[in-house]
Amino acid sequence: MSRPVYLVDGARTPFLKARGKPGPFTPVDLAVQCGRPLLSRLPVPRDAFDLVILGCVNVIADEMNPARVAALRLGMGEAMVAFTMQINCGSGMQSIDTAYRYIRDGSHDLILAGGAEALSHTPLVLRQEAVEWYAELAQAKTTMETAKKMTEIRPDFFKPIIGLERGLTDPVTDLSMGQTAEVLAHRFGITRAAADLYARDSHHRLARAQRDGSLQGEVQPAFDRAGTVHRADDGVRPETDMDTLADLKPVFEKPYGQVTPGNASQVTDGASWVALASEAAVEAHGLEPLARILDSEWSALDPAVMGLGPVLCATEIVKRQELGRADLDLWEINEAFAAQVLACLAAWEDPDFCREVLALDGAFGRIDHERLNIDGGAISLGHPVGTSGNRIVLHLAKAMRRKGAKRGIATECIGGGQGGAMLLEEVS
Amino acid sequence: MTGPVLRHLGETKLDLGPAREAPRDKGWRAGRDDDGIAWLLLDVAGDGPNTVSEEVLAGLSEQIERLKADPPAALVLRSAKTEGFAVGADIGMLEKMTDPETAEQKLRQGHEVLDALEALSFPTIAVSHGPALGGGFEIILACDRCIAVDGASFGFPEVNLGLHPGLGGTFRLPERIDATEAMTLMLTGKTAHTKKARKLGIADVVTQERHVGAAVRDLAHKGDTERDRSLTDRAMALAPARAYAARQMRSRTAQKASKEHYPAPYALIDLWEEHHDDRTAMQQGEIRSFARLLATDTAQELIRVFHLRGKLKDQGDGEDGVAHVHVAGAGAMGAEIAAWAALKGKRVSLFDPDIEALGQAVRQAQEICDDAHCSALETRDTLDRMMPDPDNTGAAEADLVIEAGPEAPEIKGKIYADLEPRMKSTATLATNTSSLSLDKLAEGLRRPKRFAGLHFFNPVPKMPLVEVVRHAETYGTVSDQLARFCGAIGKLPARVANYPGFLVNRALTPYLLEALVLVDEGVPKETIDRAAEDFGMPTGPVELADYVGLDICLHVADSLKADLDRALADVPGWFREKVEDEGEVGKKSGKGLYIWEDGEAQKNGEAAEPEAELTDRLILPMLDACVECLRREVVQDADHADAAMIFGAGFAPFRGGPMRHARARGIETVTKRLSELEDKHGARFAPDVGWTDLGPHAE
Repeated sequence: MSRPVYLVDGARTPFLKARGKPGPFTPVDLAVQCGRPLLSRLPVPRDAFDLVILGCVNVIADEMNPARVAALRLGMGEAMVAFTMQINCGSGMQSIDTAYRYIRDGSHDLILAGGAEALSHTPLVLRQEAVEWYAELAQAKTTMETAKKMTEIRPDFFKPIIGLERGLTDPVTDLSMGQTAEVLAHRFGITRAAADLYARDSHHRLARAQRDGSLQGEVQPAFDRAGTVHRADDGVRPETDMDTLADLKPVFEKPYGQVTPGNASQVTDGASWVALASEAAVEAHGLEPLARILDSEWSALDPAVMGLGPVLCATEIVKRQELGRADLDLWEINEAFAAQVLACLAAWEDPDFCREVLALDGAFGRIDHERLNIDGGAISLGHPVGTSGNRIVLHLAKAMRRKGAKRGIATECIGGGQGGAMLLEEVS
Repeated sequence: MTGPVLRHLGETKLDLGPAREAPRDKGWRAGRDDDGIAWLLLDVAGDGPNTVSEEVLAGLSEQIERLKADPPAALVLRSAKTEGFAVGADIGMLEKMTDPETAEQKLRQGHEVLDALEALSFPTIAVSHGPALGGGFEIILACDRCIAVDGASFGFPEVNLGLHPGLGGTFRLPERIDATEAMTLMLTGKTAHTKKARKLGIADVVTQERHVGAAVRDLAHKGDTERDRSLTDRAMALAPARAYAARQMRSRTAQKASKEHYPAPYALIDLWEEHHDDRTAMQQGEIRSFARLLATDTAQELIRVFHLRGKLKDQGDGEDGVAHVHVAGAGAMGAEIAAWAALKGKRVSLFDPDIEALGQAVRQAQEICDDAHCSALETRDTLDRMMPDPDNTGAAEADLVIEAGPEAPEIKGKIYADLEPRMKSTATLATNTSSLSLDKLAEGLRRPKRFAGLHFFNPVPKMPLVEVVRHAETYGTVSDQLARFCGAIGKLPARVANYPGFLVNRALTPYLLEALVLVDEGVPKETIDRAAEDFGMPTGPVELADYVGLDICLHVADSLKADLDRALADVPGWFREKVEDEGEVGKKSGKGLYIWEDGEAQKNGEAAEPEAELTDRLILPMLDACVECLRREVVQDADHADAAMIFGAGFAPFRGGPMRHARARGIETVTKRLSELEDKHGARFAPDVGWTDLGPHAE
């Protein structure tokens, strides 16, 4: 049994750049901020959902299984089953994909699938030696033992490790995500100038989308307890130009590298939800779907070149659905790094790569920049890791509706060497 | 308990030991378990919580005699009612004790019972869940130990009835806990919730219902009942230290209530200062003082106000069928209404065209939670339930839509035209207007029968009253629903008919306008305010006008003047200029009739003693307006008028409300005085024709 699955509606918070201290919202706070208006405008009772799935990578200690905490805080009822998923940068898309498969296979009719991440809340981690010292101190039985233990204290015990830095480093290859982008830039001949140019466009596109209302309904303002209204993605730099970007120093491989804070995605907080429905649920509640989900795919490759993940999984879908490049009107490729997105494009244009790695007859061809990330991406918006996959699917659906596009693919690279992709089709 | 699992499991059963099935005897049930522990359950016949009556005390006395004849290993004393231990003395009993001599005699009998309980030779352990107030708390204090089940609270609300504790509380509490803490509890009437009660030493143990049996066994075997006295307690045994503390208590009390109008707290402080170190004298003093206070008009009126509160509260009983409230307009009132409803468990959406106003509403909601001492989780849940709704989508989900937009008919009309088509056909539309005619606002509505007024007072968290206003076409069921909604959010509904200013503002407006006339005549503001405050109003009219907002006052005054079929004072020209041209609108702009700093009106020195006529000019028109409203059936009876004015306008509670006050002063005296004022100051004082229905010849 394979039933049609519809993406009915969705909403996200503004993406809020991490500014060196914990932001106003936890992951679940963010999920509640954008979940409330979405549930309010959907003509569906909150408890009519069958399931809630939430992607979240950096779960905080106060919010174990954030999906369930969010479902309860959103008033979806005590009987709402909810689970949290984690596949690193693909988590927010994995929640949609799981929902899609459950509905397609007939076990569920209406699922709320999201992603939530508050990278500004990533904990500081104690050094292993310090943890061991604390444990031994706690076990000291006599005053003498305690006193002796106290003398072993070293200043660097109090130098915390930024948890986020560890999180963004691949534990198998010990390469940071930025370094994997350096690898791709080198292998595919992506220049610093090309990456900066791509980054500049990302900012300009997002700024334009914010101005002309393209994000209306998708981005819901978030209200913090201090009374501040967060209306829009705040990492965008509308005025940025090539000179500004050229001034930035490489951060991951100093001093000769080319990945800078300007052409990499930003560290950001944000959440996003989409509602998925079966045909029966669409009819029962009088829903008006935005798009239909046609297919999805996950692929894996060496962690050192994780940035090419989209090429593998998206191509699988294209082959399975017997689509050509021209059949795809819009693309969302998550902008982990400008060099990484450009490397994906270069791989598709490379006939040898396409034949040998993707088993195509020849080059897939050039994906027109005018069809790709038309309203900006993670470089200008930021990349709340567990959320981004959700956002790109939601935004693709919205952008397809706006542009009258027939088909589109949303795809992302995933730290650890994976990729995920999803094919949407317009609803006629 | 919403889900099937907890529904099936039912309420947590109280551990009633071996007395669960025992027969009831004068409000008590008794049994003894295998360990030889006697269980005594307070279980007064009838629905509702326990109260301590003569019968309950007599029953307790008999039980004590039986226990003395056959002493158990220990005694457990608790309530068999889920509502809690006991909510205090039986008010009906207090009302009958107006003769000080018989009152003293009855009090002495009660004291003997609790003295006997205290003197029992075996350990006595009180277990309390829910509230233990007044007389209930005093029974607990006569026991050696107290186990508080999570959620228990303890307090002496007597001061709100113009009394102080009368069954030994005045000495047993200061003996049990820090004396100054004890005095604070008794002087403020505040309750100590579980955690605080443990901290203060009222409760020896805090546990959950599921562990009551184990806790009882534990304490019964411990035996030791001595308590250490704290350092401050030992200091308070010294007269000079007590004199100093008493002075501080008096000055703090004076900030809230004058000795003349509220003698009870002052009597309690005197008692404590004189006799704290002498229990016998304290006990005799308590009995004498309580009997004396009970006979005062203040106590009798405050007991009546207690009943009036119950009367209004009953109107709000029942399911309101409101799961979701949509509030349109996030001004001061709309934001507070939304936050308050969310705090009380409603799902709320709050719309305003100005998104920044929604942000401020969230901040305000957080402050309201803080003021209400919400826990971190309660605050989080409240804020989660209150959704700022810039897209105005919540109207479609709502069972009740409250419009709190600007006071302009054309703006309200536009709001309704937008909201009504999106509302559920069964939803109620209510307006928080304070001055516009509902009949007019209802014109052009699709479902005028589902339209009514829901008039909250400022500040919403603090003011207990809400006027539920019906217009000519409002369904009775809609008024009922709104009254129940008020009940559900912990407010007292006063059901009134559509009328200029409804009841409360109709009565308050002449009070505020007269204050402006007096200012115009050159009377110092401070003197005007003092006249009203000396009478017993919580805030003088000048300060009140500033507090409410001069713009709002002006608007209400103008609209009343236009709509009302009787003379009102003219608004002085300078006042209109001040509001409309200078923008000096009171507290919110930092300057009105007073200058406001740090939320306080800056008053100039000691106000001069006001003349009696000044007070009459302020107060009598309020009484007159209530008579007018009764005559026109805006409010159903004099009791409801009194209640609405006390809980909506803070009308001197110890005077029992405007109608009660009119009767106390004499209907003829009041009308005569009004006529005199009419001759002297003009038609605005002309007594309403309704007075004749109240006079001596009326019945």
